[in-house]
Amino acid sequence: MDRIPILRMGPFLLVTIQVDMYDQLALTLQEDLTDLIARSGARGVLIDISALDLVDSFMGRMIANIAQMSRIMDARTVLTGMRPAVAITLVELGMQLPGVRTALNVDRGMELLRAELAAEAVATTGDDEWEPAPQAEPGHADDQP
Amino acid sequence: MPTTSPDAARAETLSIAVEADVVRVRQAVRTRAAALGFSIVDQTKVVTAASELARNTLKHGGGGHCRVEPVTAGGRVGLRLVFEDQGPGIPDVRLALTDGYTTGGGMGLGLSGSRRLMTDFDLWSEVGKGTRVTVAKWK
Repeated sequence: MDRIPILRMGPFLLVTIQVDMYDQLALTLQEDLTDLIARSGARGVLIDISALDLVDSFMGRMIANIAQMSRIMDARTVLTGMRPAVAITLVELGMQLPGVRTALNVDRGMELLRAELAAEAVATTGDDEWEPAPQAEPGHADDQP
Repeated sequence: MPTTSPDAARAETLSIAVEADVVRVRQAVRTRAAALGFSIVDQTKVVTAASELARNTLKHGGGGHCRVEPVTAGGRVGLRLVFEDQGPGIPDVRLALTDGYTTGGGMGLGLSGSRRLMTDFDLWSEVGKGTRVTVAKWK
């Protein structure tokens, strides 16, 4: 069976769609990606569609699904390289791609993923300083009869 | 039509029986639209509409065929696509043309979206007999 290759680049997964998509191929990619996120602990997924000359509602839905699934699995998705004609057609078709981050090209997409990862690392460090908050618990316990 | 070769002007009919046929329809439509001199944006719109409608023919109609036909009217050049199946038909055509209405678990944009992407759109359907969608894009 045909498969779209998924490359690992540090904490990210990189997918370049270069073939004419058909539905089963899209579904296989969805499964392979979520599987690989789980196994590798990847924090980000970059999907490059600069080679695609159309994105119809099925492919759009697949992309939106991947973004949502990876979000739940603690990875961000960025879609890169959408051709102008494809963007115009998608909007006219009525596809919104909710929750899908986009970037003009792979370089900017990687930048976006790195920046998000760095921002999260800072936020996590910040969280550690909040540590006293849960310690309110024992106090509450004392209040109870 | 000096830019159109005789071959590009001939109608062709493609069967839609398996998923790979949807890809074949897209490729045939792309080739025709490009040969007729459609802009990249219009080519993309026509091919995307063809992809939606071919998938409908396969998934809802249980398969059928697509006729790809270059047309001329009043000196204008266009591409007409006819998708036909002998499937269960659409009970409520108006509902089926509503954005977001779906029976196939998709986005419900196939019919309504294709209508926006094409210039002409005609839908005939009879329950128990089948469905025929005729669309055209003019240059």
